[in-house]
Amino acid sequence: MSAPVSTNELLAIMGARELRDGQTVFTGVGAPMLATALAQRCHAPSLTMVVEGGIVGPQWKPGWLPISTNEIRAAYRAQMLPAITEIFLMAQRGFLDVGFIGGAQIDRHGNLNTSAIGSYDRPKVRLPGSGGANDIISLCSEVIVLTAHEPRRFVNKVDFVTSPGHLTGGDSRRRSGLLFGGVSRVVTTLGLFGFDAETRRMRLDAVHSGVTVEQVRDQTPFDLLMAQTVHTTPPPSARELAILRALDPDRQFLG
Amino acid sequence: MTIAPHEFDFLGARRRLEAKPKPAVDKLTTLEDAVARIADGDHLAIGGCLYSRTPLALVWALLRRRPRGLAFSRNLMCYEAEWGLVAGALDKIVTSWMGIGLPWGLSRILREYVESGRVVFEEWSHLGLGLRYRAAAMGLPFLPSITMLGSDLMNVGGSRTITCPYTGETLHAVPALFPDVALIHVHRADRLGNCQIDGYPHMDADLARAAHTVLVTAEAIVSEDEIRQAPDRTVIPSFAVDAVVHAPLGSYPHECYGLYDSEPAHFGGYVDAIKEGGSGGVARYLDRYVYGPASHGEYLASFGSAAIEAARERAAELSR
Repeated sequence: MSAPVSTNELLAIMGARELRDGQTVFTGVGAPMLATALAQRCHAPSLTMVVEGGIVGPQWKPGWLPISTNEIRAAYRAQMLPAITEIFLMAQRGFLDVGFIGGAQIDRHGNLNTSAIGSYDRPKVRLPGSGGANDIISLCSEVIVLTAHEPRRFVNKVDFVTSPGHLTGGDSRRRSGLLFGGVSRVVTTLGLFGFDAETRRMRLDAVHSGVTVEQVRDQTPFDLLMAQTVHTTPPPSARELAILRALDPDRQFLG
Repeated sequence: MTIAPHEFDFLGARRRLEAKPKPAVDKLTTLEDAVARIADGDHLAIGGCLYSRTPLALVWALLRRRPRGLAFSRNLMCYEAEWGLVAGALDKIVTSWMGIGLPWGLSRILREYVESGRVVFEEWSHLGLGLRYRAAAMGLPFLPSITMLGSDLMNVGGSRTITCPYTGETLHAVPALFPDVALIHVHRADRLGNCQIDGYPHMDADLARAAHTVLVTAEAIVSEDEIRQAPDRTVIPSFAVDAVVHAPLGSYPHECYGLYDSEPAHFGGYVDAIKEGGSGGVARYLDRYVYGPASHGEYLASFGSAAIEAARERAAELSR
């Protein structure tokens, strides 16, 4: 009998399942890093990971996972170490299939706020800022957001659009000059979410096993659209857990 | 709008650079002499990224001069800006992100100063700031990009858009940033200022071309012959450099690729002191580590040789 699945393990495993073999993935700091490393070892050996610090194709050393996107650990066994500006310009050129970014305040159109709670000029809480999140969400061909599902993170409208999702919905993103991409998926600790093709409002597509639709509604302070059939995701497998736990034997990141 | 016209004044920056002598002469000097070239009110671009290859020895020497009215810009800002704020040196911070990293939480110092309106905090996307340096490095007033469009970040600095003259699409005209001074730490340099960097280059090559004055610290000073034997490794030419300082462990306790790892436990102690005493925790840290030691060597010695040796071993393990 293995240990119960931690929140971070669930997030990493559900995130990893969203990635497909052969993709190029621009991986953000935190849970997406774990999820991408897991996908590489689990079902996507031909996936290439790219990291913000200027790192192409690393193969992280088990037990030595990176804390940030730009440090020696993140560059382990990399294939290329270009300058940071070049990494982002590769995304602008169209080389990056998936942008994979982590926790933030997110709204019903998939806009992210990592800048300020309250007024921007005299905020109630000054957050750290965009980092590469704005660039990843603006320039990759598709974006998946990976976040813990807490009511304070899910808001009807973010106080500040640090990283543009579908802006005010419809074709507003395209009209702003963002010619491609957009948030396609939100993976949380409760379920999987997509966006309606017309309104670009967030829609519940699946819940994780043991989670009810009501629970998701309770934890989401705005009106969620519902897929015609809300599926249930298969629980983390013993193989997924074993591979993930081998990456972080000291449970520095798995919690 | 927080960008100032002189930041993207490409003609002024060009004339200023043209008027500056660029002789290939010995530029080896001391930390103290290097930072004496920084004037109050200057905009300083800080090399490296987060806790990687930060020119900490230069920041250390700079703050000991008790400067005033500076701006710091950096792609991902670590605690060097917290030092600058608490030291009373900074009026403006330009960055895409500020903190140490996820395990250390939000920067309490950033919160304290921004939430009370005591510093101008100008936020760009990571590429946005990279293109500001790149535009300046290319001698241009702006570069077109798609990034940041549609976001509220466009309003922070005062970004403008242009209509592409060929396709009619809307593009972000990312304004250039010509810093007064760039502070950069490299793996090796010759006495003329030709610089080589191992591992990730970050944005340092652009910084060196964008800034008017470039101050470099190097882990090793090598002969001109050694540079000539591997000229493809040179990323900053001597004519861009004003001062070269031999500063082994010049980023420590931040990391330097291949040579030494960062010290997360030290960052933890620093953050704990802030949790206890707010900006007073930083003030005490500055007294102990920045103002207190008689020399940079004494500052390094305060970490203990065992810690430094362990940091070297971790870097070696990670470079295999």
